Amino acid sequence: MLGRRGSLWFLAVPPYLWLVLLFVVPLGVVAAISLLPGAGRINFNAGWPSLNQYQQVLETPAYLRRLGISVGMAFVIAATATILAYPVAYFLAFRARGRATIFLILLLVPFASSYLLRVMAWKLLLGREGAINWVLTSTGLTHEPAGLLVYSQAAVVITLVYVWVPFAALPIYAALQRVDRSHLEAAADLGAGPWTRFGRITIPMSLPGALATFFMVFIPTVGEYVTPSLVGGTDGIMYGNLIQDFFTRAGNWPLGSAMAVLMLLAVLVLVLLALKLVDLRRVAA
Amino acid sequence: MTAPAGARGAGRAIGVGRTRVPLGLAYVLMIVFLYLPIAVLFVFSFSTNTTLRFAIQGYTLDWYAAIFENEQLLTAARNSLVVGFLAATVATSLGLAVGIAVVRFRFAGRGLLIALAGAPLVVPFIMLAVALFLLFNLLDVPRSMFTIAAGHSVIALPYATLILLSRLVGLDPAIEDAAMDLGASYPTTLRRVVLPLLGPSLLSAWLTCFIVSFDEVALAIFLAGGDQTFPVFLYGQLRFAQTLPVMIAMAVLLMLGTVTLTLIAFLIRSRSE
Repeated sequence: MLGRRGSLWFLAVPPYLWLVLLFVVPLGVVAAISLLPGAGRINFNAGWPSLNQYQQVLETPAYLRRLGISVGMAFVIAATATILAYPVAYFLAFRARGRATIFLILLLVPFASSYLLRVMAWKLLLGREGAINWVLTSTGLTHEPAGLLVYSQAAVVITLVYVWVPFAALPIYAALQRVDRSHLEAAADLGAGPWTRFGRITIPMSLPGALATFFMVFIPTVGEYVTPSLVGGTDGIMYGNLIQDFFTRAGNWPLGSAMAVLMLLAVLVLVLLALKLVDLRRVAA
Repeated sequence: MTAPAGARGAGRAIGVGRTRVPLGLAYVLMIVFLYLPIAVLFVFSFSTNTTLRFAIQGYTLDWYAAIFENEQLLTAARNSLVVGFLAATVATSLGLAVGIAVVRFRFAGRGLLIALAGAPLVVPFIMLAVALFLLFNLLDVPRSMFTIAAGHSVIALPYATLILLSRLVGLDPAIEDAAMDLGASYPTTLRRVVLPLLGPSLLSAWLTCFIVSFDEVALAIFLAGGDQTFPVFLYGQLRFAQTLPVMIAMAVLLMLGTVTLTLIAFLIRSRSE
C-alpha cells in the first residue's frame, strides 16, 4: 500500500519532468544556439562558441531601435490597459454589489472570444474604407476619409489595449476586494473624506494588483508579433517580427536566438528594476 | 448572486460621503468599447461585401454555408479540437498533481515547483515558441499536432494550477485523514474522495485550458508543420481577399463556441465555491 509520502513522488515528479523537458531545457537550447558562430540553420561545425551573434545585434542600430520601440509600445499598452481597467475594477469591487458576478462575466466574454477575430475587427474599423471612416464621411463630419488609420503603430497600440483590457481588470479587482472595508470605515469615522480614503488606503492597498496587471500585459506584449503583422504595416512592426523573420524567411537561427535571449534579458531587467523601485511587501503591509 | 446582508450594509456605510465619480458610466463605456468592434464584425459576417469595406451592400448567409465546403478549413478546425483536447488533458492532470503536492506536502523543491508551474505566464510567447521550435528540431521531432499540443500544455499549465490550487486550499484535509483512518490507501483516497470533491473545478480548469489552446496562435505558428490549427490557418488566409468572408464567418461561429464554454466554466466555478 502506497503511503502519503510515497505518493508525493508520483505527484511531483511528472510535472517537474514535463516542465524541465518542455520549458527549462528549450530555453537553454535557445541560449546554446545563440552562441553558434555561423549563420543559417543549426551548424555545429562552424567553429567554437562565441558571442558573434550578440555582437552583430548590438552593432545593428535598426535592431536595437526596434527593441526600444517595442519596449516603449508595450509600456504604453500595459499602462493604458491598467489605467482604463482600474475604474472598471473599482466599480465592480465597491459599487456593483450583488450584481458584481454578472458584470464581471459581461466584461470577460470578449476576452474569451477569438484573439484573431478581435484583431480583424479593428482592421475592419480602422481601414481606409473601414467603419470609422464610413461613419465620419456619411454623417458629414469629414468630407474626405481620414488618412489610413490602420497599418501604423497607433493601430497596434489600440488593438492590443483592446485585446488586454478585460483581462487587466481581473488582478486589480482581486486586489480591491481584499482592501479591508473596516480600514475605510475607521478612516471615515476619523474624518477622512472619500478622496483622502482613496489616496491613503485604497490606492496603496491595490497597488500590488495594479502592478501585477501591468506586467501581465507588458511581458507578453514586448514579444508580440501576430498583431503587428496584421495591423502594423511597416511602421508598426515590433521586435518579435524581426525574430520571427530570422526563423522563417531570413533563416538565420543563431542570430534569431541571440535576439530572443536579449529580449528576455531586457524584460527581466525591467521587471527586477520595477520590483526594486516599488517594494511590493512594504506596499502590501 | 445576491451579496449577503452584511456586505450590503458595509457597502452602504462606506457609501456615505463617497465621491461623485460616475463609475457606472466608466463601466458602461468600457462594455461599449469592448462589444462594439465584435458587433460590427458580427454584422459584417452576414454582408455580401467581399472586402473589408463599408458600407454594407446587402445581406447573405452564403459565407456560413461555404464553411462546410471548405475542406482545409474543416480539417484545421478538427486539428484545433484535437490539440485543445490533448493540451487541456495534459495541463489539467499536471496542474492537479502540482496542486495536491504543493498544498498537502512540505518538501524540498516545493517553492521551485510553484515557480516553474507559473513561469510560462511571464515569458513572452515568441521566446517559448523559438525555444520549442529549436528543441524539436534538435531532437528530430517532426512538427505536428502533437508538438503544438505539447507547447500549449506548457502555457495552459499556469491556468490549471491556479484554478485547482485555489480550490484545494479550501478543501479540509480532515476529510482525507478520515478516509485513510477507515483503511483507504492515499492513492485510493485521492481517487475516491479528493477527485470527486474537485470535480467541478477540474472541469472548469480543463475548459479554461482548452480555450487557451484553441485560441492560441503565436506558439502554434512556430510549431505547426503540415497540421495547421484553425488560428494558424486563419492567420495564413488573412492576406487572401477572396477567402476572407468565409474565414470571418467561421471565426464568428467558433467564437460563439468558445464564449459558451467560457460561460460554462465560469458558472461551474462560481457555483462550486
